[in-house]
Amino acid sequence: MDFGFTIAAYAVAGVLFILSLGGLSGQESAKRAVWYGIVGMGIAIVATIAGPGQGLAALSIILIGLGGAVGYQLATKVQMTQMPELVAIMHSLVGLAAVFVGFNAEIELGRVAATMLAADLPFPALEYGQKVPAIVAAEFGTFANLLAKKTAVEVGILRVELVLGVWIGAVTFTGSVVAYGKLAGKVDSAAKKLPGGHMLNIAAAGGSLLLTAMYLGGAGTWTLVILTLLGLFIGYHLIMGIGGADMPVVVSMLNSYSGWAAAAIGFSLGNDLLIVVGALVGSSGAILSYIMCKAMNRSFVSVILGGFGGPAGEQMAVEGEQVAIDADGVATALNEADSVVIIPGYGMAVAQAQQGVAELTRKLRAQGKNVRFAIHPVAGRLPGHMNVLLAEAKVPYDIVLEMDEINDDFPTTDVAIVIGSNDIVNPAAQDDPNSPIAGMPVLECWKAKQVFVSKRGQGTGYSGIENPLFFKDNTRMFYGDAKASIDKLIPMID
Amino acid sequence: MKIGAPKEIFEGESRVAITPDSAKALQKLGYDVVIESKAGEAAGFSDAAYKQADVEVVKTAAALFKAADVVAKVRPPSDAEAKRLTKGQTLISFFYPAANEALMELAKSKGANVIAMDMVPRISRAQKMDALSSMANIAGYRAVIEAGNNFGRFFTGQVTAAGKVPPAKVLVVGAGVAGLAAIGTSTSLGAITYAFDVRPEVAEQIESMGAEFVFLEFEDSELPDGAETGGYAPPSSPEFQAKQLEKFREIAPDMDIVITTALIPNRAAPILWTKDMVEMMKPGSVIVDLAAEKGGNCELTKMDERVVTDNGVIIIGYTDFPSRMATQASTLYGNNIRHMMTDLTPEKDGQVVHNMEDDVIRGATVTFEGDITFPPPPPKVAAIAVQKKEKPKELTPEERRAQEMAAFQAQTKQQVTLLAVGGALVLGVGLIAPASFMQHFIVFILSVFIGFQVIWNVAHSLHTPLMAVTNAISSIVILGALIQIGSSSVIITILAALGVFMASINIFGGFLVTRRMLAMFQKS
Repeated sequence: MDFGFTIAAYAVAGVLFILSLGGLSGQESAKRAVWYGIVGMGIAIVATIAGPGQGLAALSIILIGLGGAVGYQLATKVQMTQMPELVAIMHSLVGLAAVFVGFNAEIELGRVAATMLAADLPFPALEYGQKVPAIVAAEFGTFANLLAKKTAVEVGILRVELVLGVWIGAVTFTGSVVAYGKLAGKVDSAAKKLPGGHMLNIAAAGGSLLLTAMYLGGAGTWTLVILTLLGLFIGYHLIMGIGGADMPVVVSMLNSYSGWAAAAIGFSLGNDLLIVVGALVGSSGAILSYIMCKAMNRSFVSVILGGFGGPAGEQMAVEGEQVAIDADGVATALNEADSVVIIPGYGMAVAQAQQGVAELTRKLRAQGKNVRFAIHPVAGRLPGHMNVLLAEAKVPYDIVLEMDEINDDFPTTDVAIVIGSNDIVNPAAQDDPNSPIAGMPVLECWKAKQVFVSKRGQGTGYSGIENPLFFKDNTRMFYGDAKASIDKLIPMID
Repeated sequence: MKIGAPKEIFEGESRVAITPDSAKALQKLGYDVVIESKAGEAAGFSDAAYKQADVEVVKTAAALFKAADVVAKVRPPSDAEAKRLTKGQTLISFFYPAANEALMELAKSKGANVIAMDMVPRISRAQKMDALSSMANIAGYRAVIEAGNNFGRFFTGQVTAAGKVPPAKVLVVGAGVAGLAAIGTSTSLGAITYAFDVRPEVAEQIESMGAEFVFLEFEDSELPDGAETGGYAPPSSPEFQAKQLEKFREIAPDMDIVITTALIPNRAAPILWTKDMVEMMKPGSVIVDLAAEKGGNCELTKMDERVVTDNGVIIIGYTDFPSRMATQASTLYGNNIRHMMTDLTPEKDGQVVHNMEDDVIRGATVTFEGDITFPPPPPKVAAIAVQKKEKPKELTPEERRAQEMAAFQAQTKQQVTLLAVGGALVLGVGLIAPASFMQHFIVFILSVFIGFQVIWNVAHSLHTPLMAVTNAISSIVILGALIQIGSSSVIITILAALGVFMASINIFGGFLVTRRMLAMFQKS
């Protein structure tokens, strides 16, 4: 097939990808949108394999089949609660692939240069479109042909893009692996830094810049290798330094990075579709991160730099006692309530309590009670995490409301149930200007007539901040594993 | 140390400051508890019940005052009681220091430390020891019950075979703790309940209890702001009072039961229900005046008496409502005392630490180590009262247009600046970069732009699917690997093959997961 045809196929694929992202604006259209994405991807791959200059088509198809099988296994076996981990680990694959592709381009560049010089031809080309020597045209792929035509400035730019692609890819790779570890509980989720903290990051970034300059100056492939190692280190150290509570931002940020890496690779390969899709993914991740940060009232920079900023003064001491209650008490209150608001958090996901919560909701609604869910933008470990879990448990999405939609309704709510969330219902964000989360918008559940908090024990939340909600007079602590607690409640509702 | 409660000697007072239950809690704080014989009898707690809770029972008040390091009482001490106080002894009771200066002097001269339960600041962490609120709650409930006792009809409306009974109409004036409790009791008995308060911000609380707020047309600026005075209603202006009385006069003939609870700190109660209003009411109607102790909100109230007017309206001016429910009241008051002791015993070792740095303890202490410490400085933490909501001002059309214009201009300015800066940057790149690069660069810029436009519209609940989709399509990097895989260099082929493999995991995994997620979203 002709190269022109491939490009036309890319154009179609690009449009499909845009439609795919745009379609996510509504639950119903989203179902169609995924198909746009799938078809777009299919067209792009088929066009590339069938296009000119692609060798080893059979091997490629086998590899894709193998990868597909692994992907299928992963996607069908995964629990909905482990979704954040899965997304994080898949980002790392994109990052690593980008690193490999970048290195390949570098190797190819070296080979082309060597061959050209051996054939006594100037490389880089003196002017664009110089005749490609037969040896290159015959033995190397399309990419090499493209390279052979490039002038000095173009090769320079190509190297800039290549460095960007490899470096961002490396950061994405280790960053995603660490994020995966933290989300899966395999790495301690607390913010940790090596001695030296941000200075190490700055030093590594400075070193990267220096190496980039050397690489562009023609110092050779070893600079690129060290550059990659530095990128890997930065990814690791940067994400290690970010606490578990900020993981939603981190995941969407890594998503953005993987997009930019793809775009940079697209530039170096001269592939427009890579550029288009990389830019789409990059900007999408950036916006998501921005939305998350706004929801937490944190500046993007402070999230990236890791950990909470030091508190400005002494925090208000929390006084009083946490009053416990048993399932009977909660059930009585629920039976008497007319309006109930449920506030799920990461604890619900961990305990896999969403089915029980959904069952409870069905029973309460069957009695004509007004049951709704309040979802904080950063509840869980991934944007929209709670929505997905509740949807899995078949909670109708029209009773699942966002923070702004429901915050004003708490004063008229009889019972608010907090299931495994902590910081997002912390009144200190409003009352205590010295609290590390001061100013973060929170769900004002304490305004409800009664609040029940389902929680494992008396420990603090992910951010390690004491929560005055638990000490309020209208709050009762319903200790125990969320799933066990909810399951105990269900038979008592009548 | 020992904490003890004497028998209340005030006429008709049935409450007691320590119950067997609260005694157990106090013992956990490390105190020995002692009580005067028969102190709890009127509240339904026998000496035997105290003994069972390991409380020492002493015969006389004198012995108790001698034995106890901390004396807990309900009513302010009588002169005789105050004279029994010794240096370093702590007294916890209602005290009303503003009205009882002589008593305060006496306590000071005795060197006792006095904590007045009525002076506990109204901040949220002190709610558990706010005895005024716990007692007011009981008073509010009891007021409705007393009214019902004197009222010859049902509260709730009924249509029976023997005829129709109209529901009772109840008006509650003053929606403090007592008022709200009264509203709750009255609505749950089935009466149509109206409520009035000078603080418009409590309308929400009134409505949440099921009563109708009696709305008064008035300029916002002239309304008092309860938040400034620690949650109490401040005195209101003469014009406001006139409007208020006019409104009451208008609804008075309809009301069957009126419960007034309006009190202003350290002042006589305002007269809100005048003689002519009482005269307008139907025979058999009941007025319960919870402000009777401070002179009453009703002009005809007589303290501690039940009065029947010429037109058959019953006015109840009892001041001992909490004492009429002595068991319940003692339990709550005992808990208030217990919480106060918890704050006074930070180490839980039975030793009182009178920390004058603590807002709550400082605020409630009226005499300390031979000094009068009343009035206290304002607490560091402001009272938590509902702040007045800023009502959005109605804009005139001109103002609105001006505002829109300003917003439009600001937006234009922002966009133009962005465009100019962005354009300059792109042009700058164009100056050095060759045409072949710029072709791709255009594509890049446009894609970023489209990305920004499209993603803003994605529903919040779909952010996780969005992430999964973008994750899947970011594996478009597979194209790069596919192009390179055919290279004649083995390393390139291996690396590219790995790239293809990993990216395709991502493609399939990402899309499948997204589909799984989306399939779950459904409408009810």
